[in-house]
Amino acid sequence: MRDDGTVNRAALPAIFNPEDLNALETALEVRDAYGGTVTAISMGPPKAADILRACLFRGADRGVLITDRRAAASDTLATSYILSRAVRTVGRFDFVFAGRQAIDGDTAQVGPQCAEKLGIPQVTYLEQMIHVKDGIARIRRNFGDGWEVVDAPVPLLVTVLGSANRPRPSAARRVMRYKRAQIEAEVAAEVKAELGSASEDERNAETARRVKELAASGLLIDQWSLDDIGADLSRCGLAGSPTKVYRVQSIVLTKEGYTEIPATEEGIRQMIHELVVDRTLG
Amino acid sequence: MANFFLDNDDIKFLFEYYDLKELARLQEVDAENGDADYVPRDEDDSVDNYRRILEIVGQVSAETIAPNAEDVDREGNTLNDDGTVTLHEKVRENIWRLRQADVMGFTLPRRYNGLNFPNLVYTMANEMVSRGDASFMNIFGLQAIGETVNAFASQEIKDEYLPKFASGECTGAMVLTEPDAGSDLQAVRLRAHQDENGNWFLNGVKRFITNGCGDILLTLARSEPGIDDGRGLSLFLSERSDRIRVRHLEEKLGIHGSPTCELVYDEAPARLIGERQRGLITYVWALMNGARIGVAAQSVGLAEAAYRLARTYAHSRHQFGRPIERLPAVAEMVTDMRILVEASRALTYETTFGCDVENNNLRILETSKRTLSKEEEKERKQQLRTYKRLNGMLTPMSKYYTSETCCRVADLAIQVLGGSGYMKDYAAERYLRDARITTIYEGTSQLQVVAAVRGVASGTFDNWVTPREEKVYDDALLNELKDKLIEGRSRLSEAIQFSKKRSTDYLDLAGRRLVDCAIAIIIGHLFLGQATKNDRKKRVARRFIDTEMCTLRMNCERVLAADVSSLEEYQLLAGPVPSNA
Repeated sequence: MRDDGTVNRAALPAIFNPEDLNALETALEVRDAYGGTVTAISMGPPKAADILRACLFRGADRGVLITDRRAAASDTLATSYILSRAVRTVGRFDFVFAGRQAIDGDTAQVGPQCAEKLGIPQVTYLEQMIHVKDGIARIRRNFGDGWEVVDAPVPLLVTVLGSANRPRPSAARRVMRYKRAQIEAEVAAEVKAELGSASEDERNAETARRVKELAASGLLIDQWSLDDIGADLSRCGLAGSPTKVYRVQSIVLTKEGYTEIPATEEGIRQMIHELVVDRTLG
Repeated sequence: MANFFLDNDDIKFLFEYYDLKELARLQEVDAENGDADYVPRDEDDSVDNYRRILEIVGQVSAETIAPNAEDVDREGNTLNDDGTVTLHEKVRENIWRLRQADVMGFTLPRRYNGLNFPNLVYTMANEMVSRGDASFMNIFGLQAIGETVNAFASQEIKDEYLPKFASGECTGAMVLTEPDAGSDLQAVRLRAHQDENGNWFLNGVKRFITNGCGDILLTLARSEPGIDDGRGLSLFLSERSDRIRVRHLEEKLGIHGSPTCELVYDEAPARLIGERQRGLITYVWALMNGARIGVAAQSVGLAEAAYRLARTYAHSRHQFGRPIERLPAVAEMVTDMRILVEASRALTYETTFGCDVENNNLRILETSKRTLSKEEEKERKQQLRTYKRLNGMLTPMSKYYTSETCCRVADLAIQVLGGSGYMKDYAAERYLRDARITTIYEGTSQLQVVAAVRGVASGTFDNWVTPREEKVYDDALLNELKDKLIEGRSRLSEAIQFSKKRSTDYLDLAGRRLVDCAIAIIIGHLFLGQATKNDRKKRVARRFIDTEMCTLRMNCERVLAADVSSLEEYQLLAGPVPSNA
């Protein structure tokens, strides 16, 4: 947590947001069934490249990381703007799949806002992609207290529920191949560590050489800045974020002792009573 | 997220303890890579791959295979009217997940889309899969069939089938046993004959065939009607067709997820693997050795699962106002279980390491396209000889010890859980039912002892032990423990000499006790080695050696007592054959 109330993501481990894995799985299943390619896009500090490698391990065809200091402190509005620019930069597409929500902010806003900025229809809470026929996707969506089947034309943005599927594991041969996939920033850091005494020009030349080599063998993860996606800087980062975080608390849950519940009617009643009182139930 | 690799400190320790870089170097010598784009750069890269892929298998084992195990056990597989078998949907899900994880060709060359991993790493994977569901190991662990095809079949057959094995598109079965040919495979009768064009066809019945409903069957058949023994047998590859029907699916005590089939061959087309007449004596022998390591891994994984259940239960179950693990009798059971699991793993991994050295040297000597220098050839032949002899002893020892141990650990798990362990509410009863087959299939414990005792009574055991006895540890406890092992060995030597001087029958009779003694000494030394890198292992070594040397003294005493009453007074002691049985 920074003093200004924004989250210092560089200090946190990069993890794969659980429902984004379900979104990736849906994308891979649609590709496996109907053809096409899957491009994984993420925004974050350079080490978010780990997440893109994880996408490649599972079967994504390409990875793109939007990393730019000027994007730091973006709220959902700015994030969805940046991601929508990235999608546009990728080019023609039929689907954008996003996890329903992240487990840090729990807002579920980025997907829908992204669809608005792309000017395309959206279907939220996908539980099953029933089929895609003649440019129409038939989707079963679950909104908690019921479900419905909707038809929507592509291009389309879909947010995916955790219950939609069980994400596939990483594939061994892809892991052995794509563990070498890197973004340019990682290559540069590696060169700096190896050739610390060389001049900046020499290092840049070496970085460029290695990046070219990676690209030639299909192991380059694209690294795009806000300029690369033609973003309006006033809509990015802190400047583009109307949300102000008032306070974030770090809560560590600890296990407290051991309670034995007698296996009697009375014991169970007592336990339920306690759970209701502390609002675990009801 | 649950992961059977990341949550297992002992496997992770041994992953570091064994010199996997050395194995990786050997594994990559003259490796057949084809145009694979995932070839490791060096041995560090290889070991990094091993770790990453074990993490994936650990994840699938914990997240898919283990949660599926109970339903698979209760519901089993289904035999259809047309002689085919439908695997339980969750068995199919397990296969599908492992196919997605791309780990069905663990040891096959990259040329066929395999991973080209050493057997030791495969054994670790097998162990984790078995911890999830021991019965599923019988499908995942059948990769030895692909290995057999790779080692002995023609290039044409390899090109056709190995990529299918590696992708998991096909599963296989080794089809050996018949109603009258179980332990004695020389008695196999299923007939192979050739038509005028040289095409082979198979006719006959096979029984107790694990995954006999698989897509590709390696069948041992009599191709030389005039030769009655093992030299009349050849090995054949057949694809599933309506010429091979599953007549019966066995109902078994355990491993319900593993379909055990009776097969009827009716003019089933087949292709010869390798050369005629070498089916049993060369190919099946090699296949069996791999399969025995597979059962050892299965046993270790199963024992690990049983131990964990008991450890957790003993900690959380309260009686007399405290956790039952504070009761001395329970504490001892749980301690024994854990140490037996570690002992099994130590022996299995040591054995598998040696098998990798043997197999790779054999592969390089037989298939390398380079011209080996005189020194290299000599050195590889030397290694091959040494390890072949050693593995001829350690492989049956591992299979015997780990399977017997897993039955004991699974039995103890029920005891720790008490009444709850006997009920279907917990997995303990399944573990015991699943464990029980391990001392039987791929060669019974009794046959493993016969194979192992040769090495114990000849110089192989001594050659392995002597350099370890000469080691000086920089820790007083370890040296003291080593002296106890030396004393144990001298008792064992005395018992061996004594047995040898008596009849061959007596060596058979004393075999189990002699092998038990030798195994205790070997594992004792393995623990001492591990203890040099891990302080906890010092305590494990202490507990194991002090316990097992008592048992060793008992075993030696019994051998020296020369009691042959079970042979000479069999009729009297075993009693008459019951008339109403």
